[in-house]
Amino acid sequence: MTKAISRRHAFVAGFALSALIAASPALAQKKNGPGVTDTEIKIGNIMPYSGPASAYGVIGKTEQAYVDMLNAAGGVNGRKIKFISYDDAYSPPKAVEHARKLVESDEVSFIFNPLGTPSNTAILKYMNARKVPHLFLATGATVFGQASVNPWTMGWQPNYQSEGRIYAKYVADKYPNAKIGILYQNDDFGKDMVKGFKDGLGAKTSLIVAEAPYEISDPTIDSQIVKLKAAGVDLLYNSTTPKFAAQSIKKLAEIGWKPVHVLGSVSASVGSVIKPAGFDNSQGIISASYAKDPDDPQWKDDAGYKKWLAFMDKWAPAADKNNSLNVYAYNAMQTLEAVLRQAGDDLTRENILKQAQSLKDVKLDMLLPGIALNTSATDYYPIEQMQLIRFEGQRWVTFGEIIKGEIGGK
Amino acid sequence: MELFIQQVVAGLATGSIYACMALALVMIYQAIEHLNFAQGEMAMFSTFIAWQLMQWGVPYWGAFVLTIGIAFAGGVFIERVVLAPLHNAPILSHVVTFIALYVIINSFAGFIWDFTVKPFPTPFGTSPLLGSNLIGAHQAGTIAVTLAMLLFLFVFFRYTRIGLAMRAAAANPTSAKLVGIRVGWMTALGWGMAAAIGSVAGMLIAPIVFLEPNMMLSILVYAFAGAVLGGLTSPGGAVLGGLIVGVVENLAGTFIPVIGGELKLTIALVIIVAVLVWKPSGLFGRSIVVRV
Amino acid sequence: MTEPMRPTPSPQAPAAPPRAASQMNWQVGLAVLVAAAILPFFLKNFVVFQITMVMIYAIAIIGLNLLTGFNGQFSLGHAAFYAIGAYTAAILMDKFDVSYVWTLPLAGLVSFVFGYLFGLPALRLEGIYLALATFGLSVAAPQLLKLSPFEHWTGGVQGIVLMKPDAPFGLPLNSDRWLYFFTLAVGALMTWMALNLVNSRTGRAMMAIRDNPIAARALGVDAPRYKALTFGVSAMYTGVAGALGAIVIAFVAPDSFTLLLSVSLLVGLVVGGVGWIPGAIFGALFVSFVPNIAESLSKGLSGAFYGAILLVVIYLAPSGVAGLFRAAMIRLKTKKAQGRTA
Repeated sequence: MTKAISRRHAFVAGFALSALIAASPALAQKKNGPGVTDTEIKIGNIMPYSGPASAYGVIGKTEQAYVDMLNAAGGVNGRKIKFISYDDAYSPPKAVEHARKLVESDEVSFIFNPLGTPSNTAILKYMNARKVPHLFLATGATVFGQASVNPWTMGWQPNYQSEGRIYAKYVADKYPNAKIGILYQNDDFGKDMVKGFKDGLGAKTSLIVAEAPYEISDPTIDSQIVKLKAAGVDLLYNSTTPKFAAQSIKKLAEIGWKPVHVLGSVSASVGSVIKPAGFDNSQGIISASYAKDPDDPQWKDDAGYKKWLAFMDKWAPAADKNNSLNVYAYNAMQTLEAVLRQAGDDLTRENILKQAQSLKDVKLDMLLPGIALNTSATDYYPIEQMQLIRFEGQRWVTFGEIIKGEIGGK
Repeated sequence: MELFIQQVVAGLATGSIYACMALALVMIYQAIEHLNFAQGEMAMFSTFIAWQLMQWGVPYWGAFVLTIGIAFAGGVFIERVVLAPLHNAPILSHVVTFIALYVIINSFAGFIWDFTVKPFPTPFGTSPLLGSNLIGAHQAGTIAVTLAMLLFLFVFFRYTRIGLAMRAAAANPTSAKLVGIRVGWMTALGWGMAAAIGSVAGMLIAPIVFLEPNMMLSILVYAFAGAVLGGLTSPGGAVLGGLIVGVVENLAGTFIPVIGGELKLTIALVIIVAVLVWKPSGLFGRSIVVRV
Repeated sequence: MTEPMRPTPSPQAPAAPPRAASQMNWQVGLAVLVAAAILPFFLKNFVVFQITMVMIYAIAIIGLNLLTGFNGQFSLGHAAFYAIGAYTAAILMDKFDVSYVWTLPLAGLVSFVFGYLFGLPALRLEGIYLALATFGLSVAAPQLLKLSPFEHWTGGVQGIVLMKPDAPFGLPLNSDRWLYFFTLAVGALMTWMALNLVNSRTGRAMMAIRDNPIAARALGVDAPRYKALTFGVSAMYTGVAGALGAIVIAFVAPDSFTLLLSVSLLVGLVVGGVGWIPGAIFGALFVSFVPNIAESLSKGLSGAFYGAILLVVIYLAPSGVAGLFRAAMIRLKTKKAQGRTA
């Protein structure tokens, strides 16, 4: 009798065990790809800590702080993260050198959130030829989400053309007879935003009466503003980076010109743009956002916001909480964490990429409610939704519904 | 026509920035016959010091005056400590030293105060001048201050002993030493004054372009163009040159079709080269005669 | 009102202009070449890539040295010539399917023409004024490259992405090693040409113009012709370096060719030593690796550390490595002489 029972027990135990193993293949065996050991995973990053784009270097610093936080809690899946970040000073040849160093000398598992369109364009072919995941690029250039062409490269933030289309939809709806003027930065960022806007307007591009580009090397954009005003513009589509956005808002106030002002999300930061330009001068500006604004009191009791605040207080106390780049860094790192957790113990490069392609409705602490990350083997744009916002009083107020940009998914 | 006038006025406003910086550049050229590429960074750093003082509660004019003093001392310090030991080195080593200074100062500014833009207050207010909508009160104030500095420098160099001693030391150091002028300290004084003027330029420029460590680089090119146009030996010419450069940039950007807006730096380059080729001493500079 | 003034200083010649023998002993040169030839087989591919870039910058610095070091014409604008060479190569490879090998002489030719054309108005400029003019050139170059009428050729702000070439004839070398040898060959050839140039009559004319333009002219040296030609040759060297750079990095964009590059070349020139051709390799090593060292010391203050290291080098060796070398040579000769008389 006992023999029968024990054999049955053994059979059941064996069956249960194999079922367990079959159900969670990740636990079956640890698979460490390049740059991964049982206790450590090496992740590479390239940021402009010096040079003309050094304002964005703060993203890298906050990302390091997040890594410190993860490591203090034991890392992810028992592995501590070694975050290796190099300064390319926004120079493509330097970016190439650093990418090669990370892959060939430091032997990282993958490169995460490298910043800047020129730098990423320079390393794109290399990363894909080497089959190293090139994930969650810190640039909204639409070209970086083409899954069929560059399968190892994935964007992260809403791409610029999507955003342009979102504004175009709104403008065509609410201001069908506007005289539109475009102020844009004469580089890939500005031009991408303008292309999306024009594509979105479709037949209504005839509403555009004037365009004024400027170079990053221009000290002021006063001349462009004067030109646009003289052309009779009453709706300004402003595709500028923070410093020039602040200048344009100030200049508009100085010459007493009050067009409908649509501002790209890159420059919607209260700390970096609105405050220097002046709250009074910024009333009524329309923009879009996908992340929570740290200066918005409506999130005071929000669980996600409180987590971010706690992180900033403990791990990046010297960082400026008004700087939306610190929210960006947090969101990007949470995405990374989600991918790593999803990958479990199978940390080969192929699987990491696969997990990045399998983000389903992933919510982050500092994303606006209703916005989530979604990717697939053909959809390499994790965030495609944005919310329109208008500046009232001392903060951005959301209005309308969450809109999905039309590019992406292809 | 109205657009033309508006662009001219806007050009004068932007040109006031260039004029101010050009004055500082010419000032240092007069003192040491080198062009200091770190001048812009020194001006930027001084402006940050002013900003920091105001953050600590010092009122605007107090910070303004204090900053000028600190900048002056800084300029003297840099000359005595960093540059004097290289006195006999080839000129290229001096240039590389300026480059090193540029990089060091820029890096420290970014490290201490980070790279986000900061607003900087203006004593002239932000409303348009006399309600005219043409030129802001601040820009008009900038031009006024620049002219005032110009007047001060003119009087200093022409009518004071020290001014004369500085000119002598720059023009002919050997003879100057023979008549008892302490050439080393005259050079240091020149640096101090140039740094002080630079700090004023920085404090006038920051309200318009917003304070951040990289704010001076783009201005420097146009300031050089203005200084060259007016003449490196003529402070008044430098101011006028800066204003002219501002106006030309704006007009070209507005009225040259298609690529006007993309050509601003090229125009600065063309101005520099054209002036140097046809009238090297600039519009108002003295022609330099070299005795063989 | 005219005032007697000091003549505007041109870059001074070092105390004792180096003679042919001390430019580079051919035995030393050969030894270096042999060592360089076997090096890549002991190094990681990434390091081979880095050293290839060092050689490329060295070629560019030789170009700058010819103009500034040997001919006394100050240039802060060599990034523009580097860019011209790079874009010429890129456009030829991308739009016209020209093999990368042929892009080099073509890039050199185009750069030479541009250099010569810029050298013509530059004839009237001295010292600080020439510095300003070339400074303006450097700053304007990226903007010119972005101009929309040219976008079809230059790729505008996006630049041009290139294919990295593989070793020909099925040689058992990977791409990095092949490009290393290719660059080494081109570099050795151009160094040899430069050495011959400076030791020739033309070279002496160039140096005479630098040291004493009036005396040179009095002796019948056609200063304008030599100065413009030197500008052209200098631009050619830097242009070829640019073309090589485009091939090795496999990407060109306006952001790659800013004032920072001009400044780096100048720093490399001074650190290596004005008027000494082999100095270029030391200068290139400095500007390639010291920024990385500075970054490893402190990410936030990497610029400050770089500047500090640069200052230290300038203080210790105001005439660069060339100065140290010369001092060593003099001491060696003195010892030899003492040995003989003793």
